[in-house]
Parts: sequence; structure tokens; C-alpha cells
Amino acid sequence: MSMLELKYIVPGDDFTRAGEASGDVKHKLKKIGYNPDAIRRVSIAMYEGEINMVIHAGGGEAEVNIDPDRVEILLIDHGPGIADVEKAMQAGFSTAPDNVRSLGFGAGMGLPNMKKYSDEMYIETEVGKGSTVRMIVYAQR
Amino acid sequence: MEEEVITACGSDMMSDVLAYVKDQSLLLTGLVNPQIVRTAEMMDMHCIVLVRGKTPDDTILKLAEQKDITVLSSPYRMFTACGLLYSNGLRGGCDVS
Repeated sequence: MSMLELKYIVPGDDFTRAGEASGDVKHKLKKIGYNPDAIRRVSIAMYEGEINMVIHAGGGEAEVNIDPDRVEILLIDHGPGIADVEKAMQAGFSTAPDNVRSLGFGAGMGLPNMKKYSDEMYIETEVGKGSTVRMIVYAQR
Repeated sequence: MEEEVITACGSDMMSDVLAYVKDQSLLLTGLVNPQIVRTAEMMDMHCIVLVRGKTPDDTILKLAEQKDITVLSSPYRMFTACGLLYSNGLRGGCDVS
């Protein structure tokens, strides 16, 4: 059992709402006085993940488990899966449609940013079934 | 707005803004959608300047108000707007490495 367990539905059809869950997590972490650097890293990593779920997977679910020493973020989708994870991890590699770039995303920075700001990141994915991304951010780096 | 702004960042690509975290407190952008407010929120930025005379819609303003982020509109293009702020003392938030 974590100190605080949060669950969200990330709607897949509304790009304007992407980031709502991350914003709420940030707000709650601030309220409990979490380390500001960890808060920012959690927010950015989760926000990029949310954007990914909206762009690629038609939304999904997010679970966040907060403990005094670490925050665990689980992003679960039932989208198309990632065919080549290694390639997807390369900065600049993107399969996002062009219209996403006009929204300020889709430059192939999503997964690299998530890896950069989390301390641990694990991707489980199956083409045609979906992906689960698990990220851990420690309160003290 | 009572926060002091020391550094700024100019970009239309939000992922790039998110990639270079270093206490930027002002975001200049020509992009106009709610994700500029979300990005500013995640980065702890206090102020967004819309360049090229862009104006925010109600969704953006409502969200910005909720998140306590100031939204300004400037008639200048990105380069000029950044240049004016730079020549008046604002600096980039990230080091060149």
C-alpha cells in the first residue's frame, strides 16, 4: 500500500484535456510538500506520457503511487503497441501524424523526455494489444 | 503578476520546452492551444507571451487563470520579441553544453 494512490482515465478524443491528470498529480504533490525537483520531474514525465497516450493510443489509464521516497507512475493503454521500442526511444524519431506537430508535439521527444526525467522506466508493449509504461521518480536523485 | 522573471524560453515546440528544464519562468510562443498552459504549468513558468499578435481563446485563458499563469500578447515576431526581452536583461534558461 502506498501513502497515496491516484487513478485517472486519460480521454483519447480530446487533445485539450491531455495533461489534466499530470496537473492534478503535481497539485497533490505540492500540497503534501514533496521535493520540488521530484515534483517537476514527475509532472513532465507523466505529461509526455499522457500526450503519447492521446496521440497514439486513443487514451488509457494512469495510476500514480506516491510514497515518501518515490513516486511510481503507471500508464496503461490499449493502443497499437510499439513495434520497435529501441527506435522509439531515439530522440527525433516519431510516428506521430503531421497535425500533431502543429500542436507543439510529435517531434520524437516524448519517450526520450520521459526517460530523462524519470529515474527508472520500463516499457511493456505488444503490437495490436497496447503498452504499459512504468516510471519511477525518487524523491531525492 | 507579482513574480519576478529572470529567464525565458522561446519555442513553438512544447516537447523542446519540456526537454530543457532549467528554471525558465517565461515562455514565448506562437502556438495557441491549451497545451501551452499545461507545458508552462509542468515547468513552473509564471508567464506566457504569445508572439505574432496571436490572441488566446477562452479555454486558454480559463485554464491559465486556474493555474495562476499570466498570458500576454505581443505584436512582435518571435525573434524580435525575444531580442527585446534579452536586450532588457532577460536571459535564456539553459546553458550551452
